[in-house]
Formats: sequence, structure tokens, C-alpha cells
Amino acid sequence: MAENSKSAEATVLNAKILKKLKGAFQAFDTKSDNTVDIKEIGTIFYSLGFFPTQADLQKFTSEVEDERSGYIHWDRFLPAMTKVLLEDKFPPIADELLLQAFEVLDIEKRGYLKPEELTNYMTKEGEPFTQEEMDEMLTAFTDEEKKHIYYKDVIPHLTLERKM
Amino acid sequence: MGCGLRKSEVQQKKCDRAIRAALLIQRWYRQYVARLEIRRRCTWNIFQSIEYAGQQDQIKLYNFFGFLMDHFTPASSESKTVTLITHSFIQWERYFCYKSIDVPDSYTGPHLTFPMTFCGVSKLVEAFKHKQQLHARYVLQILGETWRLLRILPNISHLSSCHTKEITICGDLHGQLEDLLLIFYKNGLPSPEKPYVFNGDFVDRGKNSLEILLILFGFLLLYPNDVHLNRGNHEDHIVNLRYGFTKEVLGKYRVHGKKILKLLQKIFSWLPLATVIDHKVLIVHGGISDTTDLNVIARVDRHKVRKTFHFQFIVRNGDAGVPVDFRRRVRSLTHHSSTPSQGPPRRSLHNLHISHQQMNWSVDNELKKRRRLAGFDQSYGERKKPDSDSDPDSEGRLIPSVQMVDLLWSDPMPQNGCIPNEVRGGGCYWGPDVTEEVLGRHNLQLLIRSHECKQDGYEFCHNRRVLTIFSASNYYEVGSNRGAYIRMGADLVPHFVQYQASRTCRELTLRQSVGWTERSALQALRRQLFVHKSDLISAFREFDPNNTGIISPSHWASATESVLKLGLPWRVLRPQLVSSTKNGMVDYQDCKTMKNISDTSLLETMYKNHSNLETIFRIIDTDHSGLISYEEFRQTWKLLSSHLKTEISDDVIANLAQSIDFNKDGSIDINEFMEAFRLVDLSEGILQEIPQ
Repeated sequence: MAENSKSAEATVLNAKILKKLKGAFQAFDTKSDNTVDIKEIGTIFYSLGFFPTQADLQKFTSEVEDERSGYIHWDRFLPAMTKVLLEDKFPPIADELLLQAFEVLDIEKRGYLKPEELTNYMTKEGEPFTQEEMDEMLTAFTDEEKKHIYYKDVIPHLTLERKM
Repeated sequence: MGCGLRKSEVQQKKCDRAIRAALLIQRWYRQYVARLEIRRRCTWNIFQSIEYAGQQDQIKLYNFFGFLMDHFTPASSESKTVTLITHSFIQWERYFCYKSIDVPDSYTGPHLTFPMTFCGVSKLVEAFKHKQQLHARYVLQILGETWRLLRILPNISHLSSCHTKEITICGDLHGQLEDLLLIFYKNGLPSPEKPYVFNGDFVDRGKNSLEILLILFGFLLLYPNDVHLNRGNHEDHIVNLRYGFTKEVLGKYRVHGKKILKLLQKIFSWLPLATVIDHKVLIVHGGISDTTDLNVIARVDRHKVRKTFHFQFIVRNGDAGVPVDFRRRVRSLTHHSSTPSQGPPRRSLHNLHISHQQMNWSVDNELKKRRRLAGFDQSYGERKKPDSDSDPDSEGRLIPSVQMVDLLWSDPMPQNGCIPNEVRGGGCYWGPDVTEEVLGRHNLQLLIRSHECKQDGYEFCHNRRVLTIFSASNYYEVGSNRGAYIRMGADLVPHFVQYQASRTCRELTLRQSVGWTERSALQALRRQLFVHKSDLISAFREFDPNNTGIISPSHWASATESVLKLGLPWRVLRPQLVSSTKNGMVDYQDCKTMKNISDTSLLETMYKNHSNLETIFRIIDTDHSGLISYEEFRQTWKLLSSHLKTEISDDVIANLAQSIDFNKDGSIDINEFMEAFRLVDLSEGILQEIPQ
């Protein structure tokens, strides 16, 4: 009995989410042949509210790629994504954690980070940014006058996008 | 923060925490970027779907357009020149044919299709932002289309302001792409709701002159009635040889560069000379002289004034050798004009840390002194001697070409009078008395010009009757000056926006560029809603059997999709497109019906094509008076409707004419007619601009 209800629940869940998945997939199906470029998988994940690491993405991609073609077909994408959803593999990160993360990096508790400091962390630690990502982030978040990154001001932007 | 060996446990913990923190931030940031990308895709889809849906109509209209432009012979006596032009145009068309140029698979730049679409121009802007180069084939295509369009434009464009939108006026750009992008970011892209005037000197000196031209031409092709380009003195192939544009083109296009330059030469000669707003504000690149007569200028064959006007000014003591020396000496002191010294002299002056005011003063003094020495007290009139450089086949029309040169090369001066501009080698220096006289004679209230770099990007002179606007920031050096542009509404009061492109943050962030494209996409969607208004209202009514005027958002979405068939996420878009009532329902009748218009669907069809219609009307209006006869209007409309394969009866046209209240003498004022559409646009509640 329990098994049945569990799978029934899973089906209901899928109906709503299925639409969302299809929407996200179609946004990148530029050739209109039910495939998306592998490089867009990360974007699709993020748009659905997941926070995979780069390593997670690599693993996912290698499992669903269509014979090294560089594309993923919907028929392989869907079951893999369903699995991810059911297993809650890449849970979202709470907004408050983001503030804490910045505060950890701001050793002297000044309320801001200097561009060099942020660059150092972002390009050397964790899953490093490319130069392009780093430049883009600095351009977007550095205060023009003081040349610092006031992370408390930055966080609302990062989290606002999530709510859209 | 390297995690070295043998750290204490506390320090190790700190290290781990830092790494985890960094990871978290990275993931958040990547997620943020991805969401923006999704938004960008959605925006793209909006445009593509609109354009795809309208493509059939567009193509028909475009072909009709081309037909008119290539074959139309106006009724007036100037038809002789028009047919001549048509003939040589066809010859030239073969020479500039881009069709034989293949685009290889290895080309990673943007691909363009014609007629020009918003997507196309957007792609162009994006590509240039990312330092890509447009393939020669597409360059020639855009240039060819631009040339075709410019040929039918008058020497002087007349704009009317209206209280719903402001006109944006930009000055010299000189190949500085960052500044153009900054203007677009701050002010929005050109559109029918946001008309622009670009006042010349798009090229030379900066290294992205060609990119700027292609973007401006792209927008011109897209919105020919809302983007206006005035020719500057640097839109001239001889000047380009000296100041870098020729070099830039040949360097970027080794195989097709020469052809491109030749086509550009033609395009430059066909650029309009001036813009007038509400018959009150004159916008021209350089300025005026005491002989400036706009009526004469309006009738000049502007493309025939071929060569740059290097005049030999007359020195009283008659020594032909003196002028040359004189000019050379004066040049080295003049830091603020664009003609003489390039790099080194400017930089050395800057390094001297003399304030801007001081430098102006000393140069002014020097010029005065030297003028006195050379005996330049004579009036401007003496300048008009025939010179060897003028166009041989101008058939005695030397005065118009002098007038044209004055428009493009002159500078204001504080003293009264009008004297040759020996520093630039063309045009004159004109004083406040000349301003008063010329403006008075033409019933104008303000002259807006560019041509001179100003520290704050703009500057008034001559009792605030002359306004200089300069849009290339950091023109001499980083930090030398701000750029500015003007916003002007129906009150004709200029408002200024200043900026300075920062060398470190030259590229717009992802978020900013998504924002601006989105706003344009939403505007285009609103226009679509307006165009299909009557069909939409019928569809809404089907969900509203009791005629309450209110339906649910999901019904609104279904109905809208059934009419527009664009396959867009209407529910998500709805809040940006229509206002809703308190309990979340949609009031679909929240709009004022148009009074005095007999057939609303005819008007909708006309509005759909209004920007093309306007251009067609202007072709018919050969003397550029802004008036065409009712009969010509009717015939044009019939031609258009047969091209679009729609049935429009004479009665309907007659009714329409009556309700727009034409002049009793049977001629139609084009501006009033177009104004009717803009007012209709405003009165439509559905189209209320939701504050962003």
C-alpha cells in the first residue's frame, strides 16, 4: 500500500513539475528537435532552482549525453531529471547562508570585500571562476566610487533573481 | 589564502570554512547568471515570434517599398535628376553586389537577414560588444540597404515632438563604441517611442568607427522615421584618409575593404544635413554662417557636393604663401578643434596641467592676435571667391555648396561678425549677432550643434541660443571630459544627461543588457496587443457571457494566445502588459474608444504598417513640404492595399480622410496624419506603460 501511495505522489508531483521542466528544456531547444546543447544543462538546472556544483553537473551530463554528440535528447533528460528531483540531489541553498558565506570571507568584518580579495577566493578556491565570470561579477557588484564590494547590497540582487 | 602544511586545527577549520564559503558564493552567482540567461531567451522568443508572425506582411511591404524606391518618378520638374539617379543606382548596385561573397562555415560572427529586424540589430550590438567582426557580405548588405534608404530622405528632416515621448539628441561619437553603448544603456534603444537624432562625426579617431556606423544604420533601417542621422564633417572620405577611419576599414577587411569604403563614400554624400524639431529647433553638426538659408539648403543636390571644401582664404597683403604658414602655426596651439594636431600635441598640453579655462583663454588670445596680424578684419563676404576644389559640374551652384560646408564645419565665437574658419580650413566662425539674425530669419529659437569637445559634454553660448552637445567622453585622454546627450520633450527645453565611460568597466553587465532588451521586447508586445485590439476584444467577450468587462487572468491568457498565436507564456507576461483590478481579475475593456474614427480595423491595419506608410508618404512628397494631395494619398493607399492583398474601398478611405479633418484645399499634412496614430496609441488603456 505504502509503495502505491508513494508512486502516486510521485506522479502528481511530476505533472506540475513536468510542465516546468518542459518549459526550461524548450527554452534551449533552439533547433526544435527536442535536444539541447550540453553546455546549457547547468543553466537549466539553475533556472529550476537547483544548486549543483560543477562536479555534479559533469556527472549528470556524462550520464545522459547522446553518444558524445554534444546534445541531450528530451527522452534521456526527463528520466534523469526526475531522478534528481525525487532524490533531492541538489537542494537549494538558503538565502541566509549566502550572507554567512560572505561574512566568513570578510575576515576583518568591515562589511565589504576588496575586488582583489574576492578575485582571490573566486578564482583560486572551491570551483574556480573563469576570467570572464570574474570580470562580469566584479563589474556588476563593485561599488563605483569606493571600489569595494558591499556584499550586503549585493545579496538582494542574487536572491531576487531566484524569486522570478 | 593558501592552506599550507602544519596549520593549527583552528586555522585548518577556518581554511575549510573559507573554501566552503567560496563554493557557496560561486554556486549562487552561477545560478544568478543562469536565471538571467533564461530571461534573455524568453525575451528573444518574444521578438522572434512577433517577427516570424509578421514576416509575410513585412516581406510584401518591403518589396513594395523597394519597388517604389527604384521606380517612382515624382510629378515635379525635378524628375530629370531622379531618373538619372535611378539609372546610375542600378549600375552601382551591380558593383556593390554582396551576393557573390560567401560566408564560410568557420565564421562565428552574427548572421543577418533582411529586411532588418530588431533581432538583427540586437545581434549586431551584442556581437560588437563581444568584439566580433561582421562578415563583409553582411556589411555590404547593410550599407547597400542604407544607401537605398538615404537616397529618398530630404536634406533637412522635420520632426515633431509630442508630449508622450522625448527626442534624444547625441553629438560626436568618433568611433568610441563604449560611449554609444553607455548611451543606449542609460537612455534605452532607439524605437518609435524613443526617437533619436545623431548629430554627425560618427567616425575617425576611435577604433570602432565602423561598428558604430553599422549599429546606427541598423537602427535607421529598422525605424527610418524615428532615427535621424545628420552628416558631420568627418563623414567625408578625404577626412577619413587622415583621421583613421579608412585605415580602420582596410585593416579589418583586407579583401573587401576598398569596396566597403567606396560604398561608404556614397552613403556619406547622401547623409541628410540637418534636422528641425517643431520648426523651432535646428540641429546641425557644425553650425551656421551669415548667409545660411535653410530654403536653399533644402533644395541642394547634397550628394553632388563631392569634394571637401578646402578653401583658399584671401589675405589682405596678397601673399599666397602666408596662409599656409599661418595655419600651421595656429594649429599647434589649438588643442580643442578636431582638424589639426593629433596625439602628441594634445597630450603634451594636457600634461602641462593647465586648466581647461586657462587653455581656452590663451588660445582665444592667440587667435585674435594672429587674426589682427594677418589683417582679418574683413567680413565674411570676401570668402566667396571661386575655388579650384569645387565641383566642376555644379552648374554655377557654388553658393549651396559653401552653405553646406558652413553647416558642417563652422564654430561659434564670442565676438560679433562672421570670419573664415582658418583653423579648420572650412566653414566660418560666427558671432552672436549672426545667431540672432539667422535664427530670427527662420523663426527658430535654438541651434543645437556639435563639432567641438566640451569638458562637461555640453555648453551653451550666444545667450543660450546655441547649444553644443558632444557625446565622446574621455576624448583626449582618460578623464579629459564627460560626454552628454540631450532629452527634449514638447516644451523644447533641453535636459542633459552626462556620463563618462570607464576604462575598466567597458562592458555592460549581463543584467543590464538583459534589462534593456526586455524593455524593448515588452514594448513591441504592447504594440502587437494594440494592433489586434478588435480581435482580442471579441475573444475576451467569449469568456465573458454576462458582459461584465472582467475575465480571469488565465482566460485572458488563452484568449490572447488564440488571437496572436505567438506561443508565448502570456500568464507570466500579463502583469507587464495590462493592469489588473483589485481581486486579480483583468478588466479587458479598460481603454477609451477612439472617437471620430469610422473604421477601427482599417486604422489598425494602417497602424501596423505606419512606419512604412510614413516613409512611403515621404517618397510621394517630393518637394518635402510635408503636404501631399488627397488624390496622391488615395492612390498610394490603393497601391499598398493591393500589394498586401487587402480590400480597401474608396468610401472607407474618404471617411477616414474626413474624420482626420484634412485641410479644405485638399492637401494632407503628413505630420498631422501621423500624429493621429500617436495620440491613438496614448489613449489606449491597454497600452499603459507599467512603471518599470
